[in-house]
Amino acid sequence: MKTESKLQKLLDSGHFAVTAEIGPPKHASAHGIRHHAQMLKDYVDATNITDCQTAIVRLSSIASAVHILDCGLEPIVQMTCRDRNRIAIQSDLLGAYSLGVRNLLCLSGDHQKFGNEPSAKNVYDIDSIQLIYLMRRMRDEKLFFSGEPIKEHEPRFFIGAVANPFADPFEFRVARLEKKVEAGAEFIQTQCIFDMERFERFMEMVRERGIHERVHILAGVTPLKSWRAAKYLQTSVSGMIVPDDIVERLKKADDPKREGIEICIEQIKHIRTIPGVHGVHIMAIAWEEVVPEIVERSGLYPRPKVE
Amino acid sequence: MIIAQQKPIKDIAAMIEDCKKVLLVGCAGCVTVCLSGGEKETEVLASSLRIMRRLQGNPLETVTITATRQCDPEYIEPLENLVKDVDAIISLACGVGVQYLAERFHDKWVVPAQNTMFVGGSRTHGVWEERCGLCGDCILHRTGGICPIIRCSKSILNGPCGGSQYGKCEISKDVDCAWQLIYDRMKALGKLDKLMEIQPPKDWSKSRDGGPRKAIREDVMIG
Repeated sequence: MKTESKLQKLLDSGHFAVTAEIGPPKHASAHGIRHHAQMLKDYVDATNITDCQTAIVRLSSIASAVHILDCGLEPIVQMTCRDRNRIAIQSDLLGAYSLGVRNLLCLSGDHQKFGNEPSAKNVYDIDSIQLIYLMRRMRDEKLFFSGEPIKEHEPRFFIGAVANPFADPFEFRVARLEKKVEAGAEFIQTQCIFDMERFERFMEMVRERGIHERVHILAGVTPLKSWRAAKYLQTSVSGMIVPDDIVERLKKADDPKREGIEICIEQIKHIRTIPGVHGVHIMAIAWEEVVPEIVERSGLYPRPKVE
Repeated sequence: MIIAQQKPIKDIAAMIEDCKKVLLVGCAGCVTVCLSGGEKETEVLASSLRIMRRLQGNPLETVTITATRQCDPEYIEPLENLVKDVDAIISLACGVGVQYLAERFHDKWVVPAQNTMFVGGSRTHGVWEERCGLCGDCILHRTGGICPIIRCSKSILNGPCGGSQYGKCEISKDVDCAWQLIYDRMKALGKLDKLMEIQPPKDWSKSRDGGPRKAIREDVMIG
């Protein structure tokens, strides 16, 4: 066992994992984070904490992780390459490990254009694949990014990455996933899946290359609250595909929120039948309270215990 | 070439509001080619400023000249006589020209008429696009002749990121995804396997991050 991550133990022992996502607030109180952590802790194996998602200034991912740990839930710290150079990334991750964080998700990060600081300077000193590679090397070869040895107490993260089967060029998406695995990614969380057909094609290509045997793939799902939310994702978010029938189904529903939860549960049940998928990642954006019901009704409750 | 775009005239006027007589210096280099700071643009700017000031009841006297290049001391040396009796110099060159004038005429107020934007080329008449990020360590041989440093909005070396869709970048439907272009070109050249190599972190010390850069060619130095 390379790390102390419970998520890794669970995945490596063949369990179908469930992770969720908590978005930190736009203020300095951890009350909401702790509330969500308490609510989720028996229903998910670990939870992501986003790193200023869509480039909006929010309470820090690592600070949130400490609150979540304190509530008895395992955090997955998201680290984007947008805001920190290699000095800050290493420093923050040494700190995160010292505070008990054991899971790391490496991302490029949304461009600052989308956030509330569009005139900020972006960093992108390194990219997500380089971050994966350098953190894996830091753990396994005890080297700083520069190549300088870490004499003792190297951070030993369970290293994750993201994959977006809905971005283009589609045929290169699986190759890029493989590149992330080559770099050292041990688990993958995908972009929210709405186009199941395309995801199935993606997984078929993953299996053809044998990638599912080298990495744990967690399929991303998002319950939608309304047809407008679906339409927004369909038309305004790059790298997202939302089929019209989902928009229509939500439009026709008497209770769209209920319908959104039903769709999500159906998706999870379907995803569980796809070979090579080792878990599900539920991104209930600003709607964390529906996760327990979704987990329970998808037949994923209770969660297995690991020592 | 260096692409520059003139600042709004009210901004230029504000920089010289206390002056009675100014020298406008155009540049016959890049900014002439990109139609923003050559002889013609210098004359137009001078007369526009004069008209503006006359309407304000505060006439302005202008002198104009266009240097062969403002980034070479030998071409700004002859300006000395013109500089003497003006209150300020307006440079229509890129930021290099403005600084060369300020260095040479250190007791004069020198102001920029342009925003220096990027290094690029012309696409069609009236349209210029950025092509080089001046990173000091060219990698175009690894990316099919398409620069991800400047053309990818995240300067990703192992792209494309998850925001690439229908060939466009996540930041705008008007921006091509550089990594889609790289992918297409590498595919056409039968070199897709090259894209599977993990590109290492870049040495940014060769770029601006290493401090102001200097190029020295001892073989052409005199004396």
